[in-house]
Amino acid sequence: MNSSAFLSITTFIYGLAAILYIASWIFKKPFPGKLATWTALVGVAGNTTGIIMRWVESYRLGIGHAPLSNMYESLVFFAWTIVIIYLVLERRYKNAIMGAFATPIAFLAMAYASLSPNISDRIQPLLPALKSNWLIAHVITCFFGYAAFAIAFSISLMYLIKQSDAEGKSKLLVHFPKSRVLDELTHQMVTFGFLFLSIGIITGAVWANSSWGTYWSWDPKETWSLITWFVYATMLHARMMRGWHGKRIAYLSIVGFIAVIFTYFGVNYLPGLHSYAAG
Amino acid sequence: MLLLSIAATSIIGTVIPQNENPAAYFRAYGEFYYKLFDALGIFDMYHSWWFQFLILMLTMNIFVCSIDRLSATWKIVFVKNPSFNLSRFRKLVDKEEFTDNRNSEDLRKIYKPFISRRFRYTRVEPTDKGFCIFAEKWRWTRFGVYTVHLSVIFLLLGSLVGSLFGFEGYVNIPEGETINSIQLRNTDKIQNLDFEIKCEDFNISFYDNGAPKEYRSSLTVIEQGKPVLKKDIIVNDPLRYKGINIFQSSYGKMPSNRPPKKKIMAKDPSEEITINFASKKSGAAYRIKTVIGKPVDIPEEFGKFVIVEYIESAEFMGQNIGAAFVGILTPKDGNPVEVLLPLHFPNFDKMRKGAVVISVAGQKAKEFNPGGNTGQRYYTGLQVTNDPGIWVVYTGFIVMIIGCFITFFMSHQRLCVEVIKSEGKSRIIVTGRANKNKLGMQNRIKIISEKLAKL
Ligand code: HEM
Repeated sequence: MNSSAFLSITTFIYGLAAILYIASWIFKKPFPGKLATWTALVGVAGNTTGIIMRWVESYRLGIGHAPLSNMYESLVFFAWTIVIIYLVLERRYKNAIMGAFATPIAFLAMAYASLSPNISDRIQPLLPALKSNWLIAHVITCFFGYAAFAIAFSISLMYLIKQSDAEGKSKLLVHFPKSRVLDELTHQMVTFGFLFLSIGIITGAVWANSSWGTYWSWDPKETWSLITWFVYATMLHARMMRGWHGKRIAYLSIVGFIAVIFTYFGVNYLPGLHSYAAG
Repeated sequence: MLLLSIAATSIIGTVIPQNENPAAYFRAYGEFYYKLFDALGIFDMYHSWWFQFLILMLTMNIFVCSIDRLSATWKIVFVKNPSFNLSRFRKLVDKEEFTDNRNSEDLRKIYKPFISRRFRYTRVEPTDKGFCIFAEKWRWTRFGVYTVHLSVIFLLLGSLVGSLFGFEGYVNIPEGETINSIQLRNTDKIQNLDFEIKCEDFNISFYDNGAPKEYRSSLTVIEQGKPVLKKDIIVNDPLRYKGINIFQSSYGKMPSNRPPKKKIMAKDPSEEITINFASKKSGAAYRIKTVIGKPVDIPEEFGKFVIVEYIESAEFMGQNIGAAFVGILTPKDGNPVEVLLPLHFPNFDKMRKGAVVISVAGQKAKEFNPGGNTGQRYYTGLQVTNDPGIWVVYTGFIVMIIGCFITFFMSHQRLCVEVIKSEGKSRIIVTGRANKNKLGMQNRIKIISEKLAKL
């Protein structure tokens, strides 16, 4: 079995985990939640194995490189980071409802990678400019940042849903974490993501400097990651200086995640250096 | 807010391609918008006065705000005896409580060293019903924010130094040749280097599927006639010499044993060439046969056109565009202009925006390429930069990462353990405050309280 098949199976495992999380939330039963956690763990194991297999396969093909070089590989890695970060949170805060919002994103990323006709799962040789350890550092840190933002996004959604039912009438929401905890968690995830996004932009700049001799050339992907960075910086300032909390922070976190998505996908429709990612 | 306005305007720059040929813009946006955008500098907006102004405003703002608040933070951080307000700790909602059978004197001897090990500053104070231990650590992390802001200033300063004192250019060196000056980017200036670069050899290797695998140039730096440094450069591994960085960036082929840009006549000047003339006014297209050197009259009274030479490897704006003819167009009432007609790009002449678009019809480059692939050699395309500000920028990078870490993940933590005597036993209340991450502090208080209870 090759890595692509393995990763396709992982997609279904993540889908199953997402369904179990949602079931556990809607039917308010802890058992599917426990099962979901184990399913997600199996998914992570499969995901990890798939990534490693792909790495090994690339060496067998004689073009060995870390599996972080095109859209397919980055989506697979994205799903991996989301689930990892989510599982750590779940363990820390002992609340499996967040899984109903976080794992679907991982599932969608994997499904998009496996099924979209625009995304090839072939292992391609690296173009000369992409052969750099800085590139690997760049991709890893960026995706940890993106994953943290994805989770901040899902927690913000939970916050807004919870707020829309302020009197606590809806039975679906009784097991949600407290609003205050959701708000704090959003902030934590954003700070974590912001640190990683900063490191990601910085390693990207160092990489560009070692390949082209300029650390910043305002290409659309760079510019959009800067825009994303500014959105989250604005959010942090609003919270730390103006004391913004709750809804407004949740909205900003959603706007930030939209910027992340655009940086990731939308930019491929604009011309620029990073267009390799479209493969 | 300023941050957002920069973000918003940067978006424009990603939607409108930057630094393209004016003619291309003109076609895409029409005259009115072209003039408007041009006046606003949108085609090169990241270098326009208003964008630079925004960045300057931002820097000033950070600087002023930070200095403004720094003095207040300074007073908080550098106090000899941190003051503790017991009643504030008592008012906290989240507290951990437990009782212990020992009396308060014993507990104090046990607790004090335990807390001292975990917090840099501890102080014991008597209270009306017992005593309390205050402790705190990481007061200095309140400076974290300023480190982040400082790093932003480093970055902007570094890029300013780079743009004022550095340069960025490129040069093509054929194998075996030596250069000592380069072409600067975005201007037509030439920058002289105080050494020479010789390209000994250029090699390109391919993967099995034909994708390029590696470009490698063997370069020698020559100073006062003597070779001082030899290095093979590949795409991510530049040559650095005297603050000047030389990067592999492109390559090309050229006919053997001839200096670059040397114009060569086609082997057989009598060969017939078919030229297309497309009239903008009438939309009609005309085909006329001619040979090099023989002028033709263009229909619709556009004037005369003559092909003067054939170039096997023509350059346009620093790019190799392959084989091309050079012709002279003499309009009926106007000055003659030189027209370049690359064989591979039939629409090339549209860029001239003349009344008639001229192209070479139905020719294949090969027919005019006497040598074919034999007898060719490579030239290497090098990017040459000098950025004295890079170390300031890199310092900014490091400071920013450290600063963000301090600001986000370290906080000024204060702990208060209050011990109250009650009927021979002691009741213990543990509370704590942090200037950030309150949830995390609650967890820590819980853990400390559990450990204290077990002592
Ligand atoms: C490009 C990046 C940044 C810019 C342009 C920027 C700009 C500013 C400005 C202008 C102020 C002062 C506003 C005022 O006092 O009215 C400020 C304050 C502040 N910034 Fe930033 N900042 C940036 C990055 C950061 C980051 C990454 C953090 C978080 C770690 C941060 C945290 C803060 C905090 C906490 C304050 C309030 C300072 C205080 O209360 O003493 N800033 N920022």
